[in-house]
Amino acid sequence: MSAYNWNWAVIVSEPYVGWLLDGLAVTVMLALSSWAIALVLGTVIGLARTLPSAPLRWLATGYVELFRNIPVLVQMFLWFFVLPELLPREAGHWLKRDLPHPEFFSAMVCLGLYTASRVAEQVRSGITSVPPGLAAAARASGLSLAQTYRYVLVPLGFRIIVPPLTSEFLGIFKNTSIALTIGVMEITASSRQIESYTFQGYEAFAAATALYLLLALLLLFLTRRIEARTRIPGWIARSNT
Amino acid sequence: MGHLDVNVILRNLPYLWEGLQLSFLLAAIAIAGGIFFGLIMALLRMSSIRPVAWIALGYVNFFRSVPLILVIFWIYFLVPLLLGHATGPFLSAVVAFTMFETAYYCEIIRAGVQSTPKGQISAGVASGMTWLQAMRHIVMPQAFRKMRPILLTQSIILFQDTSLVYVVTLRDFMTSVSTVASQELRMVELYLFAGAAYFAICFAGSRLINRLDGGFRR
Amino acid sequence: MIEIRDVSKWYGSFQVLKSCSVSVARGEVVVVCGPSGSGKSTLIKGVNGLEPCDEGEIVVDGLNVGVKADLRVLRTRVGMVFQNFELYPHLNVLDNICLAPMVVLKRKREEAEARARTLLGRVGLTDHALKFPAQLSGGQQQRVAIARSLAMDPVVMLFDEPTSALDPEMIKEVLDVMSDLARDGMTMIVVTHEMGFARRVADRIIFMDAGEIVEVRPPEAFFTAPESERARAFLSKILEH
Repeated sequence: MSAYNWNWAVIVSEPYVGWLLDGLAVTVMLALSSWAIALVLGTVIGLARTLPSAPLRWLATGYVELFRNIPVLVQMFLWFFVLPELLPREAGHWLKRDLPHPEFFSAMVCLGLYTASRVAEQVRSGITSVPPGLAAAARASGLSLAQTYRYVLVPLGFRIIVPPLTSEFLGIFKNTSIALTIGVMEITASSRQIESYTFQGYEAFAAATALYLLLALLLLFLTRRIEARTRIPGWIARSNT
Repeated sequence: MGHLDVNVILRNLPYLWEGLQLSFLLAAIAIAGGIFFGLIMALLRMSSIRPVAWIALGYVNFFRSVPLILVIFWIYFLVPLLLGHATGPFLSAVVAFTMFETAYYCEIIRAGVQSTPKGQISAGVASGMTWLQAMRHIVMPQAFRKMRPILLTQSIILFQDTSLVYVVTLRDFMTSVSTVASQELRMVELYLFAGAAYFAICFAGSRLINRLDGGFRR
Repeated sequence: MIEIRDVSKWYGSFQVLKSCSVSVARGEVVVVCGPSGSGKSTLIKGVNGLEPCDEGEIVVDGLNVGVKADLRVLRTRVGMVFQNFELYPHLNVLDNICLAPMVVLKRKREEAEARARTLLGRVGLTDHALKFPAQLSGGQQQRVAIARSLAMDPVVMLFDEPTSALDPEMIKEVLDVMSDLARDGMTMIVVTHEMGFARRVADRIIFMDAGEIVEVRPPEAFFTAPESERARAFLSKILEH
């Protein structure tokens, strides 16, 4: 291959720098909105997996198995290409035509529901690694099952899983890149677009890489803060995972 | 929508099967390569020579911070530049997956090794072994037993991730599915089939791991 | 006060309790002893329904353990102290004591805290109100656990091997608190291996072996002239050294 013409100026000149920053904004918005879904749904499903009621446990287990055994890319296509076809005519039309940015919302739902299955596993492992005697003590003092969860199991279980949860949070940022396959213009898609306009592929990918590293660094900092704030004096949290 | 057309899948089954074989091949090479280099990386990471440990740590943190898709693009563009001539997407996919998975396997192996009590190495060294011998004969066998389920689970995730080579149009299962889908204009059938196929393989795989692991523990 | 009638329990095909019957009067202190695996813990955990029994019935202060509506009320009136303290690690000492009174009895915070501070004074830990459990010694933790149970104003206190997890030098401080409670007229069932305590404080000794209640006698009679061969064997083993 002939010598490559380096041109780092490309990534800081208009319009390309704008594309990268737009990509960054899309990545962040997509990651945060799907994380909100994942955290709420994952908590509910994870808690359901620890309940005494067998049907609820099976339902929750079924959800987790379904979503974690299908590649995210396939799930992305199912939400974006297949769902509108399976819905009643009007609803499908609305999804494809009238909803602004259907690719963004498909990706948001996809990543949210997928990550929920991973969050659910963490929540379950957090709850089950709370020593069983604590729940017994709570029940013995008259707390109901719901109160035992509310005041003892959840506060402790979530403290135990702060590290794995933050790594899931970083994971959702990385997984937003898969949304480029359905046309979401996030960071990686933007860098590819720059590559195809300018043929300066390495500079474009380097810029994208730098943005992801920056995000990871930021999240690491955030994680440290959260871990410090939720630390219980003298208590060593032990996770099963 | 109209009725689901099952025939479209049956008609294209041989073509899809070829794609699936490529997915398996890519996954198998990447698992073998990832575990091999992951082991080396883990040893470097635990090295007492600071700069060596730092470089390994940097490698791991770098690859755990960037998305796999970006790595696939990187290598897809880099490999021809380094080799001086164009190559097919398969080689670059193998390189990308191996480099990426090395970081993840490294962390699994390191965690496994560090969960083995320190005294075990001391005992080996006290009986005249070198550090590497103690690692090889005492620590590793124990550590591998502990991390086997996690290694296997990671391998299932890796198999799912091979679908991402779709972005460089390497003709794996996913790319084949999407090719057929657009040729036959049958996205619903094809992507549902892809979901079902991946689910069947990965679910069966994780069941098998549970069974094996239960068997080993007994 | 406490009626245990023909209680049996199985774990799978293994019978842990074999038609146990005993009654405890108001203000009485009963020590349950016997070899490990004899069913002592299972029996007292039956009293507040932590280990539901399969046959027979247990009635405490007119409330039937087997009736769900009764059980909630019963647990607010029966305090329990566990072998491993089971203090909630994420709450400080004061909040550990106040949780159940506030959540279950709906007491106001000021009221609950005032009562908690009185109880902390009673167990000699006034200065430790704002510490977290992991910052206390084992003996201190167990005294907090006793205060926590007393905060519910129980009519019965159950102790499940309260000193077994303690270092020898801390056992006395816990036993002293328990002796004080007994002197104040609390109805108590205590599973323990502390035979000195049993001799001094207990009104009656229940000796269990292999899931059966073998002897129920006043301490002097039990220790000087046990009726059964099994009790003699047990006593010779634990009193020898």
